[in-house]
Amino acid sequence: MKYVLMFCETEQWEKDWEAMDQAERDAGFAKVQQWMAEHADKITHNRKLAGPETATTVRLENGEPIVTDGPFIEGKEVVSGYVEVEVADLDEALRMARTWPACPLVEIRPVLM
Amino acid sequence: MTSPDAVLARVVREHAGRLAASLVSLLGDFSAAEDLVADAVETALRRWPVEGVPDRPDAWLFTVAKNRGLDVLRRQARYREKLAQLQWPVQPEPDDRLRLIFTCCHPALSREAQIALTLRVVCGLTTAQIARAFLVPETTVAQRLTRAKRKITDAGIPYRIPAPEELGERLAQVLHVVYLMFNEGYLSSSADRVQSHDLVADADWLALLLHALMPREPEIAGLLALIRLHRARAHARFSPDGNLVQLQDQDRSRWDHQMIGEAVELLTRAARHRRPGPYQLQAAIVACHAEAKSWEDTDWPQIVILYDMLLCLSPSPVTRLHRAIALRYAASAEKALAELDSLGLDRYHLYHATRAELLRDLGRDDEAREADQRALELTVNPAEQALLEQRLRP
Repeated sequence: MKYVLMFCETEQWEKDWEAMDQAERDAGFAKVQQWMAEHADKITHNRKLAGPETATTVRLENGEPIVTDGPFIEGKEVVSGYVEVEVADLDEALRMARTWPACPLVEIRPVLM
Repeated sequence: MTSPDAVLARVVREHAGRLAASLVSLLGDFSAAEDLVADAVETALRRWPVEGVPDRPDAWLFTVAKNRGLDVLRRQARYREKLAQLQWPVQPEPDDRLRLIFTCCHPALSREAQIALTLRVVCGLTTAQIARAFLVPETTVAQRLTRAKRKITDAGIPYRIPAPEELGERLAQVLHVVYLMFNEGYLSSSADRVQSHDLVADADWLALLLHALMPREPEIAGLLALIRLHRARAHARFSPDGNLVQLQDQDRSRWDHQMIGEAVELLTRAARHRRPGPYQLQAAIVACHAEAKSWEDTDWPQIVILYDMLLCLSPSPVTRLHRAIALRYAASAEKALAELDSLGLDRYHLYHATRAELLRDLGRDDEAREADQRALELTVNPAEQALLEQRLRP
């Protein structure tokens, strides 16, 4: 089955990241690289997104499209990237998510098509 | 004691889960298989009371489910072919129901869904029976079940025993579901409320099944012993006029001492694995009470030690509350009260009820009444309300 693992950052995570020096950040990146390499055979696609301050939302629900600045939900948790994986079942996707070494929230969704 | 309903429930419980397990394996579709079994169970509960329970209830349920499947799955040719080839008796792998249990209690399902699914799929309860047992509308349970089955299929929740490195954590989920089932049945039981379905019996049966399927897991044995130690004393919990009788006032000759002995034996064997856990420790605490000849003979210091061990494994203010109660007898009411006052369990009725008893011991009657009053405001259990009202009567 195909799943998307959505990685979400929290306010606290962002603060902690800001407080890190370059060496600590490099170490963080290296861990993510290693995780990607370990699961390379299952990952079919992966993307890191730019921050929510770069987001633009278009609402199409009331006839005329309305363009606004920012993400569609003003929340404390922001999707910051995703990987698409091909695995046997939810348990295998869960095993991957459990070992994710970076931001503190991972949402797993099956891919419909 | 054994009403016709209880006999039916037992027969269904013995066979529904097995049938569900084989059909899920055969069809590879949890939801479709479950629908067929649920339908066969409903038919059985309608017809057996009139026609009598068949000699081979398992074969009967199987035939009804199979015919129903051939009928409703007409358009799904692959299911029809598989079903048509199916002969009685099916030979499920020995651990087929274990897979079923682990799927029903998968952590990707909500706790309510885990409980409802397990009762329905493994124990063979109908939606109506689950709704009555939990005092929720039938539509709520039906929605919960539908949503859960859809999630199993759509999210790819596997039908399999977890890998060894995940087994401990997943087993803890299963045991928690059985424990909550037991608790709900035990706490909601009362002398005047005729249970539509005995959840305590379901929980006992599930724990026994798990113990038979995974005999080397001491926490399963611990939970089974815990359930049995409570059940063995259930008769003495209510007076003839239906009032709750507290442990210290119970007639211990009404306890089932044989069941207590067997549960203690089970617990002793579990302890030999030297892998203690919360259920073994809770059972050991209850065993201290169950084996004491009288309230005064209770081994309080041992109970305090067991609570300390339990707190090491899983710290919880409610466990500390119970430890404080033991401390009252192992040490003094002053010590127990000091411990209690540090807990901050202001919204919990037992905290206030316990405080009231300690304050009364210390001769602080006015404060005791206030605490009893507070406990009464917080409890919704009728038997506990009656007990507190009695205490507050001048």
